[in-house]
Formats: sequence, C-alpha cells, structure tokens
Amino acid sequence: MPRLIEYRDAIKEALDEELARDPMVVVMGEEVARYNGAYKVTKGLWEKWGDKRVVDTPISEAGFIGMGVGASMLGVRPVMELMFWSFYTVAWDQIVNNAAMVRYMSGGKINCPIVIRGPANGGTNVGATHSHTPENIMASFPGMKCVCPATAYDVKGLLKASIRDNDPVMFMESTMLYGIKGEVPDNSELPEGELVIPLGVADVKRQGTDISLICHGRAVLTCLEAARILEEDHGIQAEVVDLRSIRPLDEDAIMDSVRKTHRAIYVEEGKPFCGVGAQVSSMIMQQCFDDLDAPVLRVNSLDAPAIYSPPLEKLQLPTADLVVDKALSIC
Amino acid sequence: MAKKTSSSPQSHRDDPVNSSLSAQDKIELFRKMVRIRRFEQASLTKYQGGKMGGFLHLYIGQEAVAVGTMSLLGENDHVITAYRDHGHALAAGMTMDECMAELYGKATGCSSGKGGSMHYFAPDKRYWGGHGIVAGQTPLGLGLAYALKYRGQKGAALCYLGDGAVNQGAFHESLNLAGLWDLPVIYVIENNGYSMGTSQQRSSAYSGCLAQRAEAYGIDWDHFNGSDLYEVRAHTAKALKRAHEESRPSIIEIATYRYEGHSVADAMKTVYRTKEEIERYQREHDPVNVWRQHLITENVLSETDAKAIEKAAQQEAESAAVFADNSPYPEPSTIFDHVYWEVDNQTTAGQTGRHFFND
Ligand SMILES: Cc1ncc(C[n+]2csc(CCOP(=O)(O)OP(=O)(O)O)c2C)c(N)n1
Ligand SMILES: [Mg+2]
Repeated sequence: MPRLIEYRDAIKEALDEELARDPMVVVMGEEVARYNGAYKVTKGLWEKWGDKRVVDTPISEAGFIGMGVGASMLGVRPVMELMFWSFYTVAWDQIVNNAAMVRYMSGGKINCPIVIRGPANGGTNVGATHSHTPENIMASFPGMKCVCPATAYDVKGLLKASIRDNDPVMFMESTMLYGIKGEVPDNSELPEGELVIPLGVADVKRQGTDISLICHGRAVLTCLEAARILEEDHGIQAEVVDLRSIRPLDEDAIMDSVRKTHRAIYVEEGKPFCGVGAQVSSMIMQQCFDDLDAPVLRVNSLDAPAIYSPPLEKLQLPTADLVVDKALSIC
Repeated sequence: MAKKTSSSPQSHRDDPVNSSLSAQDKIELFRKMVRIRRFEQASLTKYQGGKMGGFLHLYIGQEAVAVGTMSLLGENDHVITAYRDHGHALAAGMTMDECMAELYGKATGCSSGKGGSMHYFAPDKRYWGGHGIVAGQTPLGLGLAYALKYRGQKGAALCYLGDGAVNQGAFHESLNLAGLWDLPVIYVIENNGYSMGTSQQRSSAYSGCLAQRAEAYGIDWDHFNGSDLYEVRAHTAKALKRAHEESRPSIIEIATYRYEGHSVADAMKTVYRTKEEIERYQREHDPVNVWRQHLITENVLSETDAKAIEKAAQQEAESAAVFADNSPYPEPSTIFDHVYWEVDNQTTAGQTGRHFFND
C-alpha cells in the first residue's frame, strides 16, 4: 500500500526531519508554534521541539525575516514562514538587498542559508493584498533561488534540499494544495533512508508526444487535467513538464520535451508581464527555434489585481479549459 | 514632554462632550452599535451558509470603539482602519446593503465586489478603508493628516490598528514623522488582547501599555476602557482637540475584546483563551449592554424601545442579505476596470501604449 499524505503534512515531515538532523535549524514565523500554524502546517512541532526550535514571532516581517538573514550569516539555518507569501512586501528590503546581495557584495565571504516559505496563490477569495504569486519576481534576482512544488512528494524532498542549501531559497506553497494527498514513501522504504530532491531538476509528470505543457506550482494540476481532456476528447498526447524549481531552472528538461513535441505552452498562475513563462518562451525560441511547429503560447492569470468576487476570481485564474483551447489552437 | 492625558474616571458622563448629548443622540448611538452587532451576526450566518468566500473578521464586542470615537468627528475628520472594518464602515454611515453585497462579491457592493470583507471603502464618507496588510494603513493615516495640514484644513485622521499591528516597522516610522512634523493623526489602538492566537504579552515588549511607546516619540497618549461609550467619547475628545487645536498627534489605546475568533476560520478561538474569559467579557463589559443599561437607568430608553431597535436592526441586516442575494455579480469584463484611472476615463494617457498584457 503506497503511503498517501497531505501536502501540508509532507512539509511538516520535512521540517521535523531537518530539525532532528541539524541543531542549527530553527522554524520561525507568525503563529507557527502554539497555534500549530495558520494552516496547520507546523502542527505538533512546537510541542515536540519546544521554544528554542519552533518560534512564534510578532507581526514584524521586516524585523524577523531580516533577523533570520543575519542569523544565517552566523550559521543558524532559519526556516521562516510567511503566513502568506504576499507579506514578503513588508520584508522585501531584507530579502532582496541583504539575503540576495550580501554574498556578492562581500566578494563571497558571506552566505545566507535561509529558507523563506509559505503559501503563494490566489483562488481563495482573499483579495488583491493576499493573493500575490511573486515567483517571477523572486527568480529575477541572482543570489536567491525559487522553488514551487506541486505535490506532496515534491514538497517534502525539495524542502529538505532547500534547508540544506547554503543560499537563500524562496519556497512557495499553496493553500489550495495543502489538503491534497499524494504518495510519499516512508523513509524506511527509501534506499537512501530519506527523500531529498535536488533543486534545478524538473519532473515530467506525464509523458506525451504532441505538445509540451510546461508549468510550476498548482498550474501543474491544471495541466494534468488539461492533458487528460486533450487525450480523451481530442486524441492529443500532451506532455506535462513540472519545473519544480524556477531558479535554478532545468533547461535541458524543457528543451528535450520541446524537441520531442515541437509545440509548447507555459501555464502559470502568475501575471503575464515578465512572468516565468516569458523567460521560458524566450529560451525556447532561442534554443529550439528550428524544432518549433508553432509559436510558444502562455496561459496566465488575467492581468489585473486579484478580484475578490468568488465566481469572478475563478475566471481570473488559469483553468484546464483555457489550456485545452490554447493547445487546440496550435495542434 | 509627552504624557498620558489626564482625566478623572468619575466624570465621563459629565464631560462636556457627553453632557451635551440629547436623549435622541444617545438613542442614535445605541442604534449604531446594535446595527453593527446585528450586521456582523447576520454576515456570520450567511458566511456559514456559503454565501461568501475568503476571510470574515467580525467586530462583535468592539462596537463602542468605532461608534464612540467616530461619533465625535466633524466634516474635516477622516477615518482609516485595518481588515476588521465593518464596524467602522457602518459607523461612518455606509449602508448595510452595500456592505453585505460586498461580502457576497456583488456588483452593488461598496467596492463593486472587488475588495471583499477586508477592503471596504467610502471616501465620500471620509472612510478610507479597509486594509488587509497589518499596519499597512498606518502610514496612510499619517498621509491623510499630512494632506489636511497641507490643505490648511482643521481636521484629524483617525487611524485604527490592532494590538498586534503596533509591532510593524511602518507604524514606528509613522510615529516619528507624526511627532516630527506635527501632524494631526490619532492612532487608535484597538487592544482586544490578541493578534490571532498570540496574546499581547507574547507579542509586544512595552512598559506600562502599548500606547506608552508614544513617549519615545514625544507624542501624547492615553489608555482607557472601551466598553463604555461615555468613557470612549470623553477620552477621544481630548485627542481630537489636540489634533484640531495644536495639530499634534496622539496614540490612544482602548481596551476591548472580540467575542468571535480572529476570523471565521479560527478554530482555536477557545484554545488560546478560555471560554470563561470570553463569557466574563460578555457578562461584564459588553459595550451594547453597558450603554443599554445607562440609557435605561437614565430613563432615556425603555426595554421595549431597546427591543424594537434591536429587532429593526436585525430586519435591516436580513433585508441587506436579500438585497445582496438579488444583486448581480460583476460582469467578467469589469475585471479590467478600476486598474488605471486614465484607462477608466479614456484619457489620452489611458489610450497611449499598451496597459494590459493578456495573451
Ligand atoms: C503584514 C501582515 N502580516 C500578517 C498578516 C496576517 N494577519 C492578519 S490579522 C493578524 C493579526 C492582527 O492582530 P491585531 O493587530 O491585534 O488586530 P485584530 O485582528 O485583533 O483586530 C495577522 C497576523 C497580515 N494580514 N499582514
Ligand atoms: Mg488584536
């Protein structure tokens, strides 16, 4: 029997195992300890690890994220939770000017092994201030990494790798994924005794020959659904390439898939302007120009701030039907 | 030297701002608080009935803060608050219909269905929101005060924030600017004891009380109880006078309590605090009851009148829900409205270059 666990529990297992492995790992954020996390991601960790390892903070993102960056310079390995990734704006200077730049500006003398994690997604009707998906912004700064796992398996393995990484990693989850179960083997079933997935390695979530749906985060589920419809209703075999990490980026996986299918769509929840899809399609155009049978297309959220109105927010986000329509336009 | 505003606790009812209230004024204040309570209760029921999405942060228990402070405001006084914003909205004169329709995500909502519960706005009523980022409104409140002073208007900006919001850097920067530049902003800390599941003791370093931090910035401050409208009005009037007469800021910290969870999603509301604690507040400090008792003792209101007001408020809330139900959702094309002023108004600037990037 495969072991199925929720995405949120896969995160918790990763945190728990890393807390056990390395005494320098500290989990910190608003309501992460006694409240068990706003989304119950850290449930039970405070009880198990106590005040020193699992820490509730005041609502002072600039202060505590900046503190984590500073502590990481001295060898602490903070895993900081933003209750919503949307609140990165409050801590932005600390993230971009300190975590991402200090290594460069010190001529390589300093590094910041910090992870900043939390949910970054729309679709829950919490309005524009709470629905940002800033992975394109994070990935546009050399010096930091950006990871967007879509499944329970990936989130566990990637979080463990991120915590061990010696550079700042921006780790983006989704409240829409927290309750979704996926197969995550118990450590005893794994030859290495644990699940660690290196950053920068994409995962082909579905093999196909006719078109590449390239994506990250929750859009992976949208693409898998679109691929199912394309096959069942239209006999089109779509390949779904989940980047898993945006920076570092698995360029080879993208190009291998496009060379095979000759068509590509980038699907993501972020906005189109300077989105991850803009970067990826430019790379495909440069590296696979002669392999392409159609222009690279994109599916993004509609280009406006996130609307509250529940039925309209549904329309604003990428759907499987939209992906199918775009695919049919070039297949 | 910055100091705590002095007052004698016995005299709240005799304070000029209170002794000048007519019986009708007092009944209106009662009606205002009851309307907030009934609106919030109705929205909770409708939320549970699946009529809305997202967050719902209820104001039940804190009514005397919004109603008391805002009852003193004149035509050049402005208000801005955080996401627990329904009480201030109704106190500012927004209708239950537009407020409920916003929760339902309807086109008739106060923000056209775009903002939701946390993002109510009514600038025509000098109510500037409704802000979802904790303490994000605190520099904006300062800005309203700056604009008043710049325009030579004698007014004040009341900026509400929670006991958790006082730990954001933006608030501290705002205090420095307010003190430095003599800006007529009044920061109203609605201290309900908790920021989500975190008590004041676990989130804030302070001596005395949170408002006392003002002293470090040379700003006068006050700290009082928020369950009695007389007390709220008497104390707030002093800060308002300071803003109007001296163009000086204040921090006033008002002790209050929320009965419901942080939001409707707060399953821990009786874990981080006891049921006994909640019930004690409801029994001893309920702002609606305290005021009701005052008015009955003063022979301003009879039990029957009070009941009639409560019933009317409940009906108003129910009819707001019907209004919201019957209202249309915004048209999908309106997703792109209200992004740019220039585009909405079809000006030259709004028509030059590409503004939206849907593939
Ligand atoms: C910058 C930021 N960080 C975190 C949050 C999540 N959050 C919303 S309300 C809240 C608690 C605020 O408590 P308090 O200021 O006491 O106000 P209250 O809810 O009690 O009215 C938190 C942590 C947020 N909205 N914005
Ligand atoms: Mg509070």
